[in-house]
Amino acid sequence: MPNDAIEARNISKIFGQGEAAVRALDNVSVSISQGEFFTLLGPSGCGKTTLLRMIAGFESPTSGQILLDGADVTELPPNKRPVNTVFQSYALFPHLTVAQNVAFGLQMLGKPRAEVAETTDRMLALVKLDQMAGRKTSQLSGGQQQRVALARALAPAPRVLLLDEPLSALDLKLRKEMQIELKRLQHETGITFIFVTHDQEEALTMSDRIAVMSAGKIQQIGAPRDIYTRPVNRFVAGFIGETNFLAAEAANGRVTLKGGGPTDATVESGRSGAVTVAIRPEQVRIGAPGEGSLPATLRDLVYFGTDTHCYLTLADGSEVVVRLQSPASGDVGLEPGAEVGLSFAPGAAQVLGD
Amino acid sequence: MANLEDRQDARSARNGWLLSTPALVLLALAAVGPLFIMLVYSFLVPGKYGNVEWGFSTDGWTGILFSRDIFDDTVKLADAHLTIFWRSIKLSLLTTIFTFAVGFPTAWFIATRPPRARPFWLFLITIPFWTNLLIRTYAINEVIRIEGLMNTILLKLGLITEPLRIIYTDFAVFIGMTYVYLPLMVLPMFAAIDRFDMRLLEAGYDLYATRWQILRRIILPVVKPGIIAGSILVFVPSLGAYVTPRVLGGGKQMMISNFIELQFGQGRNWPLGAALSMLLLVVVTIALLIYVRYANRETSHG
Ligand SMILES: Nc1ncnc2c1ncn2[C@@H]1O[C@H](COP(=O)(O)OP(=O)(O)OP(=O)(O)O)[C@@H](O)[C@H]1O
Ligand SMILES: [Mg+2]
Repeated sequence: MPNDAIEARNISKIFGQGEAAVRALDNVSVSISQGEFFTLLGPSGCGKTTLLRMIAGFESPTSGQILLDGADVTELPPNKRPVNTVFQSYALFPHLTVAQNVAFGLQMLGKPRAEVAETTDRMLALVKLDQMAGRKTSQLSGGQQQRVALARALAPAPRVLLLDEPLSALDLKLRKEMQIELKRLQHETGITFIFVTHDQEEALTMSDRIAVMSAGKIQQIGAPRDIYTRPVNRFVAGFIGETNFLAAEAANGRVTLKGGGPTDATVESGRSGAVTVAIRPEQVRIGAPGEGSLPATLRDLVYFGTDTHCYLTLADGSEVVVRLQSPASGDVGLEPGAEVGLSFAPGAAQVLGD
Repeated sequence: MANLEDRQDARSARNGWLLSTPALVLLALAAVGPLFIMLVYSFLVPGKYGNVEWGFSTDGWTGILFSRDIFDDTVKLADAHLTIFWRSIKLSLLTTIFTFAVGFPTAWFIATRPPRARPFWLFLITIPFWTNLLIRTYAINEVIRIEGLMNTILLKLGLITEPLRIIYTDFAVFIGMTYVYLPLMVLPMFAAIDRFDMRLLEAGYDLYATRWQILRRIILPVVKPGIIAGSILVFVPSLGAYVTPRVLGGGKQMMISNFIELQFGQGRNWPLGAALSMLLLVVVTIALLIYVRYANRETSHG
């Protein structure tokens, strides 16, 4: 595709040799469109930073290629790639003022003095730091330093902006503010963002598309809604949001729960035998015994304000969590020990791949 | 409550001062006393056989730059003195520059070793301190003198036909001072580089800086306090070096300290010696003040 800003082709990365070798990335391929807000999401050590550093040019892949606007940049050093990074530690230059930090990249590119000054002012206004231009970076709060790091990386107008967990050092309130701020900046600049996080909520709310990674592999790429409602495997379903995994039997394209009734989930007609059905806690309804497709016993209730969480036990001893919206009275009208029947919202049950 | 605490604080502070009074008096006498005597002597008349005679004269101070002809009493610029001053400043500056050129990569190397290996490298740097300065200087003498180790080996190897005349030149003094003061340059620079956040290198590289630009625009400015500290630590004692020019420069390649000693010995001109000492003190103090002001400005700006 011509409008791919960046593409990784069959990237593998092995750190170390022999016994100590670590396969940080395993045949990773991904293409990211111009202007997209793309998020790499995964648990610690899954290779997110490694992939990002490879796109920036700080690591070279053991095998595979990085393409920028269709051109192979695998061998280019970081200072030759029109790609900038917002570092997790910010890495602001302590001997320079805020404005000098922002101007640095432009100066290194040899831009004329007037253009450097003009762009720097514009960037500082963009991140609302025009009042702080003359300060040393050590005199700024964490959130302000974050904005300087952003302005510094955006100033040279890179083709792609890389952000490695840029918000993880901020407290919750500031974090929410910066999430909105980031979206605004991306919208206003039109620059492709590749964002790394291990916070699934952050990923879901901010991204155009998410790549869920685990153990050096990409498990699933898709829009937040697709990833949440149609996870392809147990890892993705478990990593994004809470999920109940239920044992089931597939035959003739239909799926029947173990110890319960049929569901509306479907499988490819060729597939049969034991499968796993995933169902989100908020997609389960609790009814009278005998109703629905799955009998269960209510073990515990926990009131969370807007939600009430119900913990249930199935006949085979496995657990199911159900999330009910709390009614106005706050009382869902259930008592621990009650026998109930569970039913699923239409289309909510998903059969997972292997 | 607060009042009581305040009073207790005040009392303990007062007790602290009282307790340290003897030490302070001793320090004041030992540090200021000799300097005061020097200052007084610099305004007296030289005695015939050394020492001073009581009588006010500014000859000690004018003698720094001018000499009076013994026959016709005309006053002219003392070229010999100027040569010595110039040599002192030139050699001190060269030593500072060269120890920086060698010391910076060394300090960088040590600071980038794994933390467990660093004490070993630092230990190697400080080894020369374990031996007396005079012995170390004579060791260098032994290496570079005409029939010394270096010339013998080079002659045997046939690389030279004539022995190299290094000993008793400015260059010999320079070699000696570089060797002696190198650790004083390396240690403060190591401390500064050790605090340097290596992630800034990647940030610079990411923002299109070349390696040279990273060195000049990021590394050097950030570790500048260490560079200045090291430079002062080398420049100040270089300017006052006595043993090294004495042993490696022979009697001729004098530096200020040797020249001062001469006034109190054979020269029998104590007022001139005292004035020279005061001058050296003033120069060194100015260098230190510049450093302190610079260091303060750095810390107050973050
Ligand atoms: N320079 C390196 N040398 C050896 N192993 C490395 C190196 N860098 C990363 N690794 C290993 O590669 C794997 C992936 O690391 P990476 O930093 O990419 O993870 P991550 O997804 O960014 O994790 P986190 O969320 O904790 O930042 C890890 O097992 C890590 O130990
Ligand atoms: Mg990481």
